[in-house]
Amino acid sequence: MKRFLFMLLVTLGLFSVAAVANKQTVVVASKNYNESYLLAEMLSQMLEAEGYEVERKFGLGGTLVCYEALRNGEVDLYPEYSGTLSRAILKVNDASPSTNRLNQLLGGSPLQALDSFGFNNTYAIALKDSLAKALKLERVSQLSEQTELRVAFGLEFLNREDGWPGLSALYGLTQNPTGIEHGLAYQAIDDGKIDITDAYSTDGDLLRYKLTTLIDDRQYFPQYIGMPFVRKALPSEVKAIVNQLAGKIDDQLMRDLNAMVVIDGKSFAEVASQFLADMKITTQDISGESARNSLSDLIPDSLLENTLVHLKLTSIALALGCFVGFPLGILVFRSTTLSRTVVYLAGLMQTVPSIALLALMIPLFGIGQVPAVIALFLYSLLPILRNTITALLTIDPLLKSIAEAIGLTRYQQLRYVLVPMAAPTILAGVKTAAVISIGTATLAAFIGAGGLGEPIVTGLALNSTELILQGAIPAALLAILVELLFEGLERLLVKPHMLQNQPVE
Amino acid sequence: MFSSCVEFSNVSKSFQDKTVIKSVSIRLPLDATTALVGESGSGKSTFLRLINGLVVPDAGEVLLAGKTIDYKNLPGLRRAMGFAVQGAGLFPHLTIRENVTLVAGLEGWSKQKMIERYRELFDLLALSDEFSDRYPHMLSGGQQQRVSLCRAMMLDPPLMLLDEPFSALDPITRRNIQDEFVTLQRIEKRSVVLVTHDMDEARKLAEYLVIIRSGEVVQKGVVKEVELNPVDEYVSRLFNKERVG
Repeated sequence: MKRFLFMLLVTLGLFSVAAVANKQTVVVASKNYNESYLLAEMLSQMLEAEGYEVERKFGLGGTLVCYEALRNGEVDLYPEYSGTLSRAILKVNDASPSTNRLNQLLGGSPLQALDSFGFNNTYAIALKDSLAKALKLERVSQLSEQTELRVAFGLEFLNREDGWPGLSALYGLTQNPTGIEHGLAYQAIDDGKIDITDAYSTDGDLLRYKLTTLIDDRQYFPQYIGMPFVRKALPSEVKAIVNQLAGKIDDQLMRDLNAMVVIDGKSFAEVASQFLADMKITTQDISGESARNSLSDLIPDSLLENTLVHLKLTSIALALGCFVGFPLGILVFRSTTLSRTVVYLAGLMQTVPSIALLALMIPLFGIGQVPAVIALFLYSLLPILRNTITALLTIDPLLKSIAEAIGLTRYQQLRYVLVPMAAPTILAGVKTAAVISIGTATLAAFIGAGGLGEPIVTGLALNSTELILQGAIPAALLAILVELLFEGLERLLVKPHMLQNQPVE
Repeated sequence: MFSSCVEFSNVSKSFQDKTVIKSVSIRLPLDATTALVGESGSGKSTFLRLINGLVVPDAGEVLLAGKTIDYKNLPGLRRAMGFAVQGAGLFPHLTIRENVTLVAGLEGWSKQKMIERYRELFDLLALSDEFSDRYPHMLSGGQQQRVSLCRAMMLDPPLMLLDEPFSALDPITRRNIQDEFVTLQRIEKRSVVLVTHDMDEARKLAEYLVIIRSGEVVQKGVVKEVELNPVDEYVSRLFNKERVG
């Protein structure tokens, strides 16, 4: 019957887009690492098999971004872990909370944890098999004697309460770890740049890089049972579909599934649909559909589209930056106090790390392109504003008084003297803003805005240098191109003798 | 008593706590050149800037052709006053022609009228038309100063305000431009207020003299009479210094 309905829907869909929209669109998110992508893809395919439209917001930058997006209703569900829920989100000290306990704690919030997938992906301390053998290391407690080892942890592990701070206190570890993007840590350990990093116990990469995990002999690490984290308000039918995965994946299976992606190089969609078919949750049919969802499609298609999204984000942000920064600069430059205040505020904005600024945008503007554009706009504001004010302020006071004395109105002074004289410096500010925006916009993928950051984020999750380069190279080329474009614009708009500040008289 | 182009009535001006103009009352003659002479820091430049509203008096009134300055319509008033300063002050991003004709264009002059007036001034000041499309930095200091005089006279203003326009030039160039200025004054008779610290220049260009010291008018009158009857040390020193120099 369901199948019939599905077919009917598809048929209707051919005639009317509205018919497809009959069932609500479900927004599925994932964090920016392999397992999260894979679980999210499974859930997405299960929903699609039942005729739901699924919007994939994969690769969001960390727990905070996902959680805020879910709380805001920007996202309907994403795979989360019991330990993360209890410690990082609910802030309770419960090492192995049950799903019921978690939902009790979530209480009045609009969010809900569903039944666990079945595996426990807890933190583990990993090092190379060869090194572990050489040093006869088996247990975490032995690390207290190994102070010479170079330790680097993912930033999340390094900073969260249930990560390094608690671990080092319990075991009396004195190493001074550096922070590293989790996806880069394995590469670093493989290259021999570091000795020890954090890992997840179901990580397929453990096999690929021949890593050993140390036994947590004092049972420090809490349980990280994988489970769908959803909005309570979701239709029970959707929850029922999601719950089909409950108890279906144990640790070993999860590690194998992860390895299929990171070692065998299969796409998330491929691994997910194969698994779902094997488990008889969906029919193999879906793999036909999944051709559409292959890895290169998951990263919204191809270089061109990423580049276009990237250009869209940066150019809107830059246009806004000019639209606000330029008039604001003109408005305040005559007052020293106002100028200082405005430049100070814009400068303050610049000191907020970009990923933090992006995260701060979520409660206000949700996730996606809107908050990304707003964050990029705030970044581009300073160079434009500061250069506008500086350029107008540093014009020779004699020339300013002459512009007044020959009978130009305030507007005419700006139009014919001040702005044209300030133009080279203002243009340089816009150029700086443009280049900064292009660089920073790669981080926008962490909040689901797409662009050239998308392959970078996915590449980091998959340890795929190829994917990272797919984003990094075009982004760098784009920055160079924009630089050249502005130089051309400069040559076109500014007379050469005006480029060296003031001509010497 | 002459009819006046500029009149100060009890005008005072302080910057921060320093009084620069102290309750000055004076009338400057119409259609003649008045030189404001004083040592540096005497307040003569502020005096000039009170006339075109670049400086607003703290007390007293400045009257132009008998009317108190309307500080709400300064651009209109200033277009009736040519203004030229030491160092020319041409706008570096505009060509010579654009510098000279900027305000005329904004006033809505026809192209024909603009070109005629521009040519006329270029002739009077011995400037070559080939400078027209060049930028100020391509001209010598003397040429720039001539251009700045053209700019000041473009709208044929009844009053010209000149703030040491010739001081930065070498002696030969200075003498040439001064000569041209004298010729100009014969052809286009107008009221001129010239600020200078150079008594020789004052004697050469001006009919009337106003001696300023510490923001006060020490002596005023026809140049010759002031020279023959200096009221005090300061005034005679201004004349003597020039003779010695």
